[in-house]
Amino acid sequence: MFAYWNAKFDFIGEEDMIAEEVARVVEKHADRRGALISVLEDIQQKYGYLSRGALEAVALKSRRSLVDIYSVATFYRAFSLSPRGRHLVSACVGTACHVRGAPGVVEELKRRLGINPGATTTDREFTLETVNCLGACALGPIVVVDGRYNPNVGVAKVEPIIAKAIRGSEADDALHDERIFPLNVQCPRCGHSLLDEAHLVDGQASIRLRGNADGQSGWINLSRLYGSVHSVTDTLFPNDSITSFRCPNCDHDLAGPVHCNDCDAPMVPLGITGGGIVQFCSRRGCPSHTLDLDSGRSGATAAFNAPERGSAS
Amino acid sequence: MITLKINGLNVTVEEGTTVLEAAKFLGFPIPTLCHMEGLSPYGACRLCVVEIGESPKSRLVSSCTYPAEAGLIVRTSSARVVKARKMVIELLLATCPQSKVIQDLASEHGVRQQRFRQEHEDCILCGLCLRMCSEQMMAHAIGFRGRGEHRSLGTPFDAKSEVCRLCGGCIYVCPACQLRCTYNQPEKAICGGCGNLEPPCVDKPQFDDMMCYMTPCVACEIKKD
Repeated sequence: MFAYWNAKFDFIGEEDMIAEEVARVVEKHADRRGALISVLEDIQQKYGYLSRGALEAVALKSRRSLVDIYSVATFYRAFSLSPRGRHLVSACVGTACHVRGAPGVVEELKRRLGINPGATTTDREFTLETVNCLGACALGPIVVVDGRYNPNVGVAKVEPIIAKAIRGSEADDALHDERIFPLNVQCPRCGHSLLDEAHLVDGQASIRLRGNADGQSGWINLSRLYGSVHSVTDTLFPNDSITSFRCPNCDHDLAGPVHCNDCDAPMVPLGITGGGIVQFCSRRGCPSHTLDLDSGRSGATAAFNAPERGSAS
Repeated sequence: MITLKINGLNVTVEEGTTVLEAAKFLGFPIPTLCHMEGLSPYGACRLCVVEIGESPKSRLVSSCTYPAEAGLIVRTSSARVVKARKMVIELLLATCPQSKVIQDLASEHGVRQQRFRQEHEDCILCGLCLRMCSEQMMAHAIGFRGRGEHRSLGTPFDAKSEVCRLCGGCIYVCPACQLRCTYNQPEKAICGGCGNLEPPCVDKPQFDDMMCYMTPCVACEIKKD
């Protein structure tokens, strides 16, 4: 919760939006020589792949030849020039994994996903790729899904791994990771609970708020899990826009007096049932947030599953 | 000025001279393919290998990129060098048999067969064209793309380049594609694409640039497919 919007697999917007973003990334690395790879990494991180428009923008902004940039982008396998799916599945086919049965695992992945290595499913959900070694040969065969390592994968374990990815790895972790726990959130003004049982995010009831940015308004459902950055919205708010949030019950503007340390946008404070305040930045894509359990009316912390750990972050 | 010994002869050259230039100064022939005056040395084709040092510690280096050192002992046509050079030519023939330049090199060096799987590429990745484009024409319109067996030369995204002025410099310097097969114009057929190394074209003045005049031409048949 409380990074408003997961920016990683962002909708690819207008050309000038890309150009703006690229300009920012190039500027960030401007003082370093040989920063091209860092620039490309940042862009790939942001959009999931390197689009032609993005590469042309890099060439224009960094005053390099597009030829050189294209050479680097096609040389490294870490860079992808075609859009990738929401989930990246990397199956290790290194020597150790091969001996332990990786070819069978890859076959099963191909069968389950219906794509060959290097391809993306038509619904843009999965990208399958093979890698040559992940450096954890004793755990082979290894399948990495969205950065999470699955050791000792047999053919039978492929199906649950894919199911877990569809469910959302974070939701699954939330059940096991003690640093991630749900919050019961209420409007700081009218005290009405903001939880919405009808819309699930991370498999839990979500925090439903009315959002308004750049003349557009719509519903935003944030994950109630402290530590998750997932959210769902019915409106396409531009990245980096500052959203004004309203309580769906009393329609009060929720922007607070505190400003974000990172980007200076107003922080949005929400009350926690039983006491305490959680604040998150109203700028879309900014992950800044704070959790204060002691302030508020009662000081009680009974609402939390693990309050001591939570307050540390 | 530094002095080195090439094939037993002492030669004094300026510092920064390459071994290739020093050998050329003495008149020792070293075949080259990816080297061209006015372009930066690249060392891609390995045809210009020479042996440096004294056995048993001697080693093969590409003379176009190796700077002359004081006291360096160089041999430009030892048995080891000739063997390596023949191998390079064989490999080039396996990649790009229809190139007139490579065929001439083969017949010059007495390479009569190639023992590898025959491919029919029209590029040997020598990088001459991109150096021509960026260093002489100042356009920088083409470059290497990809890696390993997927490495290729061309414009980004295979799109028509905005900086290319269609000067033709890249085609002019290309050792692989400058004499493209013209099977659709038999009267002008400068072909030599069949990979047949007998008869060697250098001794055949009646065909001018032609390697041979076989009908049907093997390379043309392959290209047509």
